[in-house]
Amino acid sequence: MNGRRISYFEASARMRLSGLVDADSFSEFCPPELRQTSPHLAQLGAPQAFDDGVVVGRAKLAGHAVLVAAQEGRFIGGSVGEVHGAKIRGLLDKALVKRPAAVLLLADSGGVRLHEANAGLIAISEIMRAVLRVQAAGIPVFALVGGSCGAFGGMGIVTRLCAEVVMSEQGRLGLSGPEVIETVRGVEEFDSRDRALVWRVTGGKLRRTLGEATRLVDDLIPAFRAAAADLIARYQAHPLAPASLVALLDEQARLAARSERFAGARDGREIWQAAGFADASRVPELSVAEFNLHLGETS
Amino acid sequence: MSEQAIFDRLFGAGGHDIASTGLFLHGSAQVGDKRVTVIGTRDHAAIDGPLALRIAAAILQAVRADADTAPRPILFIADTQGQALSRHDELLGLNGYFAHVARCVDLARRHGHRLLTVINGEAVSGGFLAFGMLADRICALPDAQVRVMDLRAMARVTRISLERLEELAGVSPVFAPGAENYWRMGGIHEIWSTDDNWPDRLAAALASATDTDGRAAIGLERGGRLLAAPTAQLVADA
Repeated sequence: MNGRRISYFEASARMRLSGLVDADSFSEFCPPELRQTSPHLAQLGAPQAFDDGVVVGRAKLAGHAVLVAAQEGRFIGGSVGEVHGAKIRGLLDKALVKRPAAVLLLADSGGVRLHEANAGLIAISEIMRAVLRVQAAGIPVFALVGGSCGAFGGMGIVTRLCAEVVMSEQGRLGLSGPEVIETVRGVEEFDSRDRALVWRVTGGKLRRTLGEATRLVDDLIPAFRAAAADLIARYQAHPLAPASLVALLDEQARLAARSERFAGARDGREIWQAAGFADASRVPELSVAEFNLHLGETS
Repeated sequence: MSEQAIFDRLFGAGGHDIASTGLFLHGSAQVGDKRVTVIGTRDHAAIDGPLALRIAAAILQAVRADADTAPRPILFIADTQGQALSRHDELLGLNGYFAHVARCVDLARRHGHRLLTVINGEAVSGGFLAFGMLADRICALPDAQVRVMDLRAMARVTRISLERLEELAGVSPVFAPGAENYWRMGGIHEIWSTDDNWPDRLAAALASATDTDGRAAIGLERGGRLLAAPTAQLVADA
């Protein structure tokens, strides 16, 4: 199926994986046959999944060994519970030993699974520490964000810990979802039903303009594959160096400048205008190629 | 207890020099025979971008200050109602600011700083994830509130009735708010009582802090999180 024009957004986690990695190279760890389900969902009478909403395993991508985790957004919003989180954490622990060319995290998650909220929060903290440990050991973790749930809550933080963040325009990345902000602060603060606004505040083009995403690709599984393969080649040529004091001081300065420059901003159009797009209101209509060309020309 | 009274109890009167500016705490204090850097949030802070940057800057400053000397421990004081909820903060990528704080915490750990957290007041969701929860060892003061979301909000989101959630909260530590539940699951290492000698407990916590993440194993041992450690092991060994 590789090479077919399959929407990443529409695909299931397993379809994404099968189109992303080299044909017949995927081998799953802790597969559904093991029935490693969530006992907490059972206790609440909620539906369960035999993979607890995340697929983990090893594969090849353009011939390079990779470890992969793909969250299934169709199962309770890709939420992180005890088992789901432990599978990702175990995969990262394995990376320290196996030293793959990269770990690919296909994030599609609203964050902590509320049915097992405490276990989910601790699991996300463990994933955060594991991602940092793996990258300190020189193994890059790439986050791929293009599913219907985006990457929010703790998974939004985990995504930004990754060395690279590949997004489609349809992908969304943030901390608190628009619905949560609307519920707490009111519809005047954030109208979650205004989908165009939601994408201008959380979507791939905004995140790429800010530098929160490092690549913007078309909503096609082969486009994500091509970006991941290209990134692997780059890291093979220039291995990941652990974050240094100097690098983090630079990042501190960048974020402080962003906060100062956009102190009152509440809409992606303000960011696009500052980035030199001639007509900021038309940025959502640009093709990915046109958008990337513009960023390349101005940055 | 006032903030100053809590500092006096934690470090002894005269054993601390901590400035509070707005919702931010920064200074130093005495723990046993060691001087530690203190960085924290106060007054149930909702952590926004600028506050996250102050925390990160203080951590980077602590790392830089000890570049040529024995790294001093860092003590985080966490009191947060969670992340700031605003369109502006989301637009700028508050998750990215929090990730930056986490990278700074990780840098400090890699540079040999031992990291302790004391939860004073509340530790909620994203605000807790950003820094307090990443320490080597996490201690909760008596009456500390720890949660992702309160049960009423959780009932709305999960569409499970509040009555049912309250009933389950009594028997399951896995989703009900409370420091005790986090302790059972390994997310908090220690809960202190009012009668404890806090400076002694602080010194003991610092002495036992290590840079490995043993929370899943602790959760298994305490019986609050039976699947995390074996599931991670299953995948790691596959």
